[in-house]
Amino acid sequence: MKPGTTSAACAAVLRRDLMLVWRRRGDALNPLLFAIIVVACFPFALGPEAAVLERIAAGTIFVAVLLAMLLTLDALFRSDLEDGSLEQLVVSPHPLALLLGCKIFIHWLTTALPLIIVAPLLAQLLQLPAPVLPVLIIALALATPLLSLIGAVCVALTVGMRRSGMLLTLLVLPLIVPALIFGAGACNAAQNGFAYAAPLLWLAAWLVLSIIIAPLAAAAALKISLS
Amino acid sequence: MNSFVLFFHKLGSPPYFYRFAGKWLPWLYAIALVAAAIGFYGALFTAPADYQQGDSFRIMYVHVPCAWMGLFAYLFMAANGFIALVWRIKLSETLAMASAPIGAAFTFITLVTGSLWGKPTWGTWWTWDARLTSELVLLFLYFGVIGLYHAIEDRRQAARAAAFLALIGIVNLPIVHYSVIWWNTLHQGQTVNLIGPSKIAPSMLWPLLTLAFATHVYFFASVFARTRVALLELESGKDWVRALLPATQASHD
Amino acid sequence: MTDFFAMHGYAAYVWPAYALFAIVLLADAIAPALARRRILRELTGRLRRAASRKTP
Repeated sequence: MKPGTTSAACAAVLRRDLMLVWRRRGDALNPLLFAIIVVACFPFALGPEAAVLERIAAGTIFVAVLLAMLLTLDALFRSDLEDGSLEQLVVSPHPLALLLGCKIFIHWLTTALPLIIVAPLLAQLLQLPAPVLPVLIIALALATPLLSLIGAVCVALTVGMRRSGMLLTLLVLPLIVPALIFGAGACNAAQNGFAYAAPLLWLAAWLVLSIIIAPLAAAAALKISLS
Repeated sequence: MNSFVLFFHKLGSPPYFYRFAGKWLPWLYAIALVAAAIGFYGALFTAPADYQQGDSFRIMYVHVPCAWMGLFAYLFMAANGFIALVWRIKLSETLAMASAPIGAAFTFITLVTGSLWGKPTWGTWWTWDARLTSELVLLFLYFGVIGLYHAIEDRRQAARAAAFLALIGIVNLPIVHYSVIWWNTLHQGQTVNLIGPSKIAPSMLWPLLTLAFATHVYFFASVFARTRVALLELESGKDWVRALLPATQASHD
Repeated sequence: MTDFFAMHGYAAYVWPAYALFAIVLLADAIAPALARRRILRELTGRLRRAASRKTP
């Protein structure tokens, strides 16, 4: 890989972001703990009957994972803005959308992937029937990148703000409703013995669309916010 | 350049638009008021009660025009946002941001009247009907646009960011709508369709169309009024604004 | 006439809907007028202050 090429720049961004996460690996565990605590709250509120928990398991896990990821979105560009490297990305000769795509990928890898890995544990806590678990994992694997991508666009719009947490939630949640509907819907369909391929395929189609459009949109949004 | 294009170029200049909107504003308010009066007369007096829903169907005459306007205002906002982002026309930024609160108001009316209609029809104040749910998401989108616009200090940058969000929303809106329909059919049996496919009698239809016309005209009146105010604020240092103020005329004399 | 206001038992739903429509849109119509008055007053004041600073 020759230095100065676009692929080298992408590799540098990937390496740098991974290293930053690794240096603060304690913080990286927070969303995981948050999701587990949220899920653990439900049996306390609803009672420990397996029948009740089973019924709400997939939806609750989905909401917990989305909320946990929302908490981390806020910081997606924060440190880069503070140390000035975000501006460097914007003025670099390489396509900004591609570089942001790398950052979004690292965000997904470091926050969503651990959440997907603990999903079986969460499912066990809520007595999710074992046959539904693969559907839940696939649905999460398709829905979480969507949240990273769409969230990144909204973060790019709010990047300069001091307190963007609530506003960010307000911007992201309406846009992410379909992911929740299709993802949790697929699990519920599987649980009730219906066909669940259609919602998963819809999610996948939407994901493909977002992978292409969202980095471009995030780049445009970032240029507006930093102008 | 033909005169029509020339007119739009002139309209893009804030002082020209300020005068243009000021000239039309009283007329628009008057037309909207007269049309609304005629429409309400038709809705409350001449339209016969529905044979299934009785008099509760008269809520339709405020619910449906507002639902249309909620979407229309969003389309208007997104179209102006697009123009503002592509051609960087200041007036379009202002128009887009002026239509957001009105669209939110119409969507809010739609939700509350839908709930008021739902109580006698379905027996509950709220059901997760596909249309109502989509309207709720639309309202959140409006809140997002308005919130983003007010959270950024620089007015023009705020308008561009919020316009961009409106554009993202318009890509997302069909996906939200169809996912909600899919979700709805999965979870519920047939709900009573508020507006059935059956043909609506002309005596019931004309008040609806009149009120839809009235709300459209009112929308433009309100957008013009809000845009005029926003332009005054945005261009407060410019000569044309100063010329409007009484104090300067006194000091020039 | 009382029959008309009773809306055959639906008065509690029909009239609030119409009232809400009227109130929200009235508020929406008044808001720009109030904002306009406030801004014109502010700008006039700002201009007067600038003028009084220049004259002496």
